[in-house]
Amino acid sequence: MKYMTYRVSDYLTNDENNWSDLCNNINKPEKNSFMDTQLDMEERLWDYIDGLSSINEKSAIEKLIGANLEWKNKYHELLEAHQLMMGSELQEPSMRFAKNVMEEIAKYHVAPATRTYINKRVIWGIGGFFIILIIGFLVYALSQVNYAGASTPKILSEYNNTVNKLDWGRFFNSTYTTVFMMINVVLGLMMLDIYLTRKKQQHKEA
Amino acid sequence: MFTGLTDTEIISRVLKGDQQAYAHIVERYKNYVFTLAMRMIESREDAEEVAQDIFIKAYRSLADFRGESKFSTWLYTIARTSCITFLRKKKLETVSIENEKTLIQVENRESGFKANVVEVKSKHAMVNQAIKMLSPDDAQVITLFYKGEQTLEEIGLVLGMEPNTVKVKLHRARQRLREKMEKHFSHEVHDIQSE
Repeated sequence: MKYMTYRVSDYLTNDENNWSDLCNNINKPEKNSFMDTQLDMEERLWDYIDGLSSINEKSAIEKLIGANLEWKNKYHELLEAHQLMMGSELQEPSMRFAKNVMEEIAKYHVAPATRTYINKRVIWGIGGFFIILIIGFLVYALSQVNYAGASTPKILSEYNNTVNKLDWGRFFNSTYTTVFMMINVVLGLMMLDIYLTRKKQQHKEA
Repeated sequence: MFTGLTDTEIISRVLKGDQQAYAHIVERYKNYVFTLAMRMIESREDAEEVAQDIFIKAYRSLADFRGESKFSTWLYTIARTSCITFLRKKKLETVSIENEKTLIQVENRESGFKANVVEVKSKHAMVNQAIKMLSPDDAQVITLFYKGEQTLEEIGLVLGMEPNTVKVKLHRARQRLREKMEKHFSHEVHDIQSE
């Protein structure tokens, strides 16, 4: 009987229809991979014991436990282990533990909630700054690409040509760069303003 | 006075300035937190120090507890990160069973406990001994599930994993625990079964 198990691994899928099939075929033992079947059986039984099975699974397992000796034995074995684990004891710290903690926390105060001192606008500002920076570089780089040569198979050499064609001097002296830098400066000033306002408020509250 | 109050009610009192109310939180969770620490840190003294530190950290960041999860889940998350930080500082290995070094550590633990088998006085102590032989990860999952009253989703929050991964981990941990019990305490297990 031990090695004549049911083809549960084929049947016990998440499709609940398979469960009724399994219950109908309960008296048709077939040979299968013993380890797989055992593992699947255990997994299903643990779910049943933990109360994680669906209603259909639960009733199917109850039928299996009632009708199949192997399932019944395994169920009792796992239930025993479950009860042992439930009964395991918590470990206790020394008698002075709570007193030590209370003495220690007397030196401290509850810190203000993180959300009160992390200003979302500052985070959005920093995020915006980097996004503009990336978009700016991307737009400039794309505007410099020679699309006419893009279809040639020598991608690497074309890439080198494109990079060589870039006028780096113009990049750092153009109107575009000036505008870009102006936006960054404005953003930087806005962030500084937010930071200083917050400092001022904190100073007033203190 | 505080025994009938929920964690959230006690916390709101603490946040209003009643520092002594926190003693009830400590009383309520000291064994859970200490057990969790003991599952990761072998030395009792170190575990107690870390457990103390966990309660202090929790107190200081109490305003950050938004009540979106159970207080115990939040506290266990602090407990786990504190234990990991402590072990990192001590340069000890805390990784899972797949890690070769942990295997050696576990084997060392096993050999140490073999001598203590005769000292096992009750079935509960036997389970505790067997849990100690597991890797810290396995021991934590079992402790959180069986003693910490945490669901798979809550354990997932503590360990930073998906509930399905926790389920698989729990299944494997139980499997390994049963193997340990069968290997080291087979006589006691059979005695219990025949009771």
